Amino acid sequence: MKQDIAFGQYCEGESPLHRLDPRIKIVITVLVIVTIFLAKSVSSFILLTAFTVGLVLLSGISPRIVLGSLKPLGFIIVFTAVINIFWMTGETPLFELGFIRIYPEGLINAALIILRIMLLLTATSMFLTYTTTPIALTDGLEQLLAPLKKLRVPVHEFSMMMTIALRFIPTLMEETEKIMNAQKARGADFTEGSLISRAKALIPILIPLFISSFRRADELATAMECRCYTGGEGRTRMNILRTTAKDWLFTAAVAALGVGIVLLNMYLPLYSLSM
Amino acid sequence: MATVKFEDISYTYNKNTPYAATALSDINITVSGNGITGLIGHTGSGKSTLVQMINGLIKPTSGKVYIDGVDIWAEPKKIRNVRFKAGLVMQYPEHQLFAETVEEDIAFGPRNMGLSGDALKERIMEAVRFSGLSPELLSKSPFELSGGQKRRVALAGVMAMGPEILILDEPAAGLDPGGRRDILGKIKSYARESGTCVIIVSHSMEDMAMYCDDLIVMAGGKVIMHAPTAEVFTHSEKLLSVGLDVPQITKIAVALGRNGIDIGEDIYTVGFAAERLLGKEK
Amino acid sequence: MSNIIHAKNLTYTYPGDEDSPGYPALRGVDLDIEEGSFTAILGHNGSGKSTLAKILCMINAPDGGELTILGKDMTSPEITERDILDARRQIGMVFQNPDNQLVATIVEEDVAFGCENLGLPSAEIRRRVDEALDIVGMRKYARHAPHKLSGGQKQRIAIAGTIAMKRKCIIFDESTAMLDPKGRQEVMSTIERLNREEGITVLIITHHMNEAAMADRIIVLSEGTVLTEGTPGEVFGNPELLWSADLDVPQTTELLYKMRQAGYDVPLDIFDEEECARIIAEAMKKQQIRGNT
Repeated sequence: MKQDIAFGQYCEGESPLHRLDPRIKIVITVLVIVTIFLAKSVSSFILLTAFTVGLVLLSGISPRIVLGSLKPLGFIIVFTAVINIFWMTGETPLFELGFIRIYPEGLINAALIILRIMLLLTATSMFLTYTTTPIALTDGLEQLLAPLKKLRVPVHEFSMMMTIALRFIPTLMEETEKIMNAQKARGADFTEGSLISRAKALIPILIPLFISSFRRADELATAMECRCYTGGEGRTRMNILRTTAKDWLFTAAVAALGVGIVLLNMYLPLYSLSM
Repeated sequence: MATVKFEDISYTYNKNTPYAATALSDINITVSGNGITGLIGHTGSGKSTLVQMINGLIKPTSGKVYIDGVDIWAEPKKIRNVRFKAGLVMQYPEHQLFAETVEEDIAFGPRNMGLSGDALKERIMEAVRFSGLSPELLSKSPFELSGGQKRRVALAGVMAMGPEILILDEPAAGLDPGGRRDILGKIKSYARESGTCVIIVSHSMEDMAMYCDDLIVMAGGKVIMHAPTAEVFTHSEKLLSVGLDVPQITKIAVALGRNGIDIGEDIYTVGFAAERLLGKEK
Repeated sequence: MSNIIHAKNLTYTYPGDEDSPGYPALRGVDLDIEEGSFTAILGHNGSGKSTLAKILCMINAPDGGELTILGKDMTSPEITERDILDARRQIGMVFQNPDNQLVATIVEEDVAFGCENLGLPSAEIRRRVDEALDIVGMRKYARHAPHKLSGGQKQRIAIAGTIAMKRKCIIFDESTAMLDPKGRQEVMSTIERLNREEGITVLIITHHMNEAAMADRIIVLSEGTVLTEGTPGEVFGNPELLWSADLDVPQTTELLYKMRQAGYDVPLDIFDEEECARIIAEAMKKQQIRGNT
């Protein structure tokens, strides 16, 4: 049963983070990304880490899930670490082995950069993927970008496409499984043979899938036409996004965090990343 | 003559997860090749899971499936051979057509079995005859055909594998009354002429009453009845209690009994009812 | 009562290409749908039913003939895009495949889709969506994802989407064909309620004779023309004609027909099992008395 695949790992919940206006979340995410890149000093990283841990606690999502999602980044983390450890030079090496010299600065730099990647991923997904449904995200994006409509950017069309894609992904997955079973029942074999013969074995799945997608698209277009859809013009929405005091409070807090980071960099760095 | 035997079958979806759900339990039945067996049960009663076990698309959580006395999972690597023996026509099978010509599409199954040349041609022609397709369609693209014709091509594609057991899931779904009669009639004569053991899954009690010799009734993941068609419909109360319907004519027969005209409760076709009624006037 | 739809001698031919000539789906159909009525259209596959439905919803324009919708002549050359949209506002359609007509990933968002297209204020949409979901009995699924619902539930969502637009007439194009008996029953009882309680004009296209028997009037299409029309009693009263058009009659009618052939004086337009049994019992008793004297 492939039916319960979560998109972008949305975790249902009623936390303050879940209830933020999606537009605000998008704006906050941008602010957070900037802030994380501003952080240079050890002290500022301590503050950021505290902030991110706070977010996770606030969202009510199990820290295990959050840490688990960092696993695929293993390679990038190791790679960055190696580069920083071996290439960074400082005043006195920690130890030498032939031409390899490792400086304490390299170790600290590596640690901070790894921390930065982890914070970046965790903090942004706390706002976007974990606590916001893809549909709310699409809506938020459409409304944020609405001014671009004046420049003839097809904002509404783009968001409609996203919505329909999200709606049909589960349907098409189910359909793929059905077609695969039907062809397996006729003796199709997807697991054996050379690469070419395996690619060829996909034809009996892909063609029916394409045809059915076209048929669905055609029927959906007719149905939408019947429901008086004529594009974005003159359309209203049932759910109008409204920002509340909480939304602005959050934005202010993140902005304050940014200012705090800059101040810490300047006045209480403890140690600063060298780029 | 093929025999399918289910022994202590049970099946649990998403086993070992919090979403585990029992789809089948304690299935012990034997279906043997003598005409058409109907499988009825409301949505979610486990009938689709059960039929997909016959050709090994689904492996039971516990229990054994035997075809002609051989455990189909004895050699899991050879499960493909089981699929040639037990042909499965899924619901709306026309959605699986893919080849450039009707002939190529029908040939897909038999080719996978390793057939070619005259033997392949022979299989195709036989399947075309059984499914009632006209041979001049063979060179056409399957996508040019009408809905009813596409359904026949899909049916022929499975018949061409020469299965000993043919399983059909709602073979008449979406067809008009004429089309239903036609395709079910073709399946009936195929069962009779080729001696294949045919199993039909359907929601239409009227169709099942008309075409099946035996019925298996499923409810809540269990088989609750397995008997000749006439006998099953004498238990109309029991069928209704598990959310199934009975043919309208069976309801009329029951109502006639209440009105003092007893033509028996084993009535499931109009012809049969009329015969009994008119036989009574003498 | 006034007619919501009036059509005379409608024709429509699907365009062909180099190798195949066009296919004439409608060859002159006359049709009058009264406001508030419940009509069923029967016909074998390819008889022109779905083509007719698409024309009535202004998805396709007829090649010839007259078509008046809500008093407006839709075939007049002065008809504008705006008029077509206005007609579509009043006549909705629910299709066969429940999956291919739902647009949004949340039930209530989907029900709102049509109203949003009409440009209604959000508070009004909210009110109509809640009301529509109540009518089809799906309020408690408002925040669910449509793909996890059963076929019958999906169709009820599609129905809610069209009633939220407050349409006068809804056409159901084989909307029960892909459903199991339970789903079919859910949808049919919803349709019946819409007609009887909400006063919506209903047009159903179906292959199920028992569903057609629920209508006030049946129109039988065959080869792109109207073969016969009338009340269910009148139409099913002539089983030979229906059989000749590859259609069927309810089993009650079929049995009564066989009794009549054997010389019993019984009506054919009975669709209820109890009543059918009672009539047969009476007729047989009468015959027996006559035989005895």
